[in-house]
Amino acid sequence: METTSRPLKDEYNAFITTIPRADTGPGRLSGIAIAVKDNISTRGIPTTCGSRILQGYVPPYDAHVVTLLKNQGAGIVGKTNMDEFGMGTTTENSAFGPTKNPQDPSRVPGGSSGGSAAAVAAGMVRVALGTDTGGSIRCPAAFCGIVGHKPTYGRVSRYGLIAYANSLEQIGPMAQSVSDISLLMEVLTGYDPRDSTSVNCPYAHTPNPEIRGLKIGVPEEYFGEGVDPRVASLVWDGITLLERKGAEVITCRIPSMAYALAAYYVTCTSEASSNLARFDGVRYGPAADTKLPWHEAFQQQRRSGFGTEVKRRIMLGTFALSSGYYGKYYAKAQAARQQVRNDFLRLFRTVDVVAGPTMPTVAFRLGEKTDPLSMYLSDILTVPANLAGIPAISVPCGKSEGLPVGLQIMGPHFRDERVIDVAYAFEQGVVR
Amino acid sequence: MVSERDVEHIAELADIGIDKEELAEFTGRFNEILDYFDILDQVESGVKREADLYNVFREDVEEPPLPEDEVLANTREKEDGFFRAPRVM
Repeated sequence: METTSRPLKDEYNAFITTIPRADTGPGRLSGIAIAVKDNISTRGIPTTCGSRILQGYVPPYDAHVVTLLKNQGAGIVGKTNMDEFGMGTTTENSAFGPTKNPQDPSRVPGGSSGGSAAAVAAGMVRVALGTDTGGSIRCPAAFCGIVGHKPTYGRVSRYGLIAYANSLEQIGPMAQSVSDISLLMEVLTGYDPRDSTSVNCPYAHTPNPEIRGLKIGVPEEYFGEGVDPRVASLVWDGITLLERKGAEVITCRIPSMAYALAAYYVTCTSEASSNLARFDGVRYGPAADTKLPWHEAFQQQRRSGFGTEVKRRIMLGTFALSSGYYGKYYAKAQAARQQVRNDFLRLFRTVDVVAGPTMPTVAFRLGEKTDPLSMYLSDILTVPANLAGIPAISVPCGKSEGLPVGLQIMGPHFRDERVIDVAYAFEQGVVR
Repeated sequence: MVSERDVEHIAELADIGIDKEELAEFTGRFNEILDYFDILDQVESGVKREADLYNVFREDVEEPPLPEDEVLANTREKEDGFFRAPRVM
């Protein structure tokens, strides 16, 4: 076993924990320094989810993906900053302070995997792991000018990922190049019996830039109200580049986009209200006062341990699942979710991939967005892929006023290879 | 519309302690978000659902557990191999 020793100068606050001497070994990722988002369990390395309620927690086991990385010789050099429990679009909701965008330190890196994106964008690591519940890999990839891929739901094991919204989230790779995304997909995918939603669908693929005859669906809704015209224009240029390489562009519609964001927020907050009930200070985290009565002790613990946005989402979910409102919110959200899925299944009968912007705007200024609803609305273009469970990649497609813009490519279930090929074709087209 | 009292009640149900000073702000934001969720009223029920969902269980066979000291390593409150929790009654 060798060690890679590199002191990390963390000027963007990308890391919560750094490991100055990381073990590496032989394998496909031999000697490669990798950063891991701090909601993925690492044996012996503190894992906080960006929350005070897990300060000091040291997992007794590795997440499946961490075992896979170690088996291939990667050196885990640190745990990256994130919005608390993945709840945010900017990485400002971290108990350990915001991460800055290496492209412009007065801007947010996006979120919630903002630390992973910043670490890659700043060249501190070659590759990183993020997690994507409603865009948390793709948003920071777009804002920081790197590549980020959300795999098909079920393709990467979630064992050891500290859950926020189980039915939506996937662990995925973030990197400077599409080739590195593809390399990590080869390592991360495959069946794991410890995740009951794991599907035996390994990724063994080398990116192929040949896209002649490929049909690209471009939904009107991805260029509608709220999308910055300068962002829209750059993304259209990107799609035109793919057209010049032989792809066919077909405009289309996703009518269920009208409900997608509400369906997403009802679903993720409901799942969060259940998942985050486990943080009570008994088994991990700062200790609860055992002399107080049960509920009083927990409330005291959770008042000081959780940030405002986490409390808001737990309460929204508790409300959406309460007996009088279940039919109005949760049941309707599941019907809307099915419509989103049906819309994509219908589209993929006539097109091979769907393309549009990853985010409606470029990166916000630090502190710019303060009201939660307008923050939620910025996730409108990324949440559909999570609701449908389909693979989606964000690849850099130029800059608007000096800030990166991401082109998003979505594909049918278990066709991660196809969206990666299209991203690769685009990347090659830009470079040449 | 939910009232400040409703928000206090929800916080109680979720074992979330929120401070009195936060209550007005929380209630205002809560209502803005719930107003936005009203768009779901337009969704037709009875959309065709997946028919192929099934439960996945492993075989009910004993597997080696984590060692006791590792399980208890993250708590200060422990006694005779157990976690010590706040009193229930």
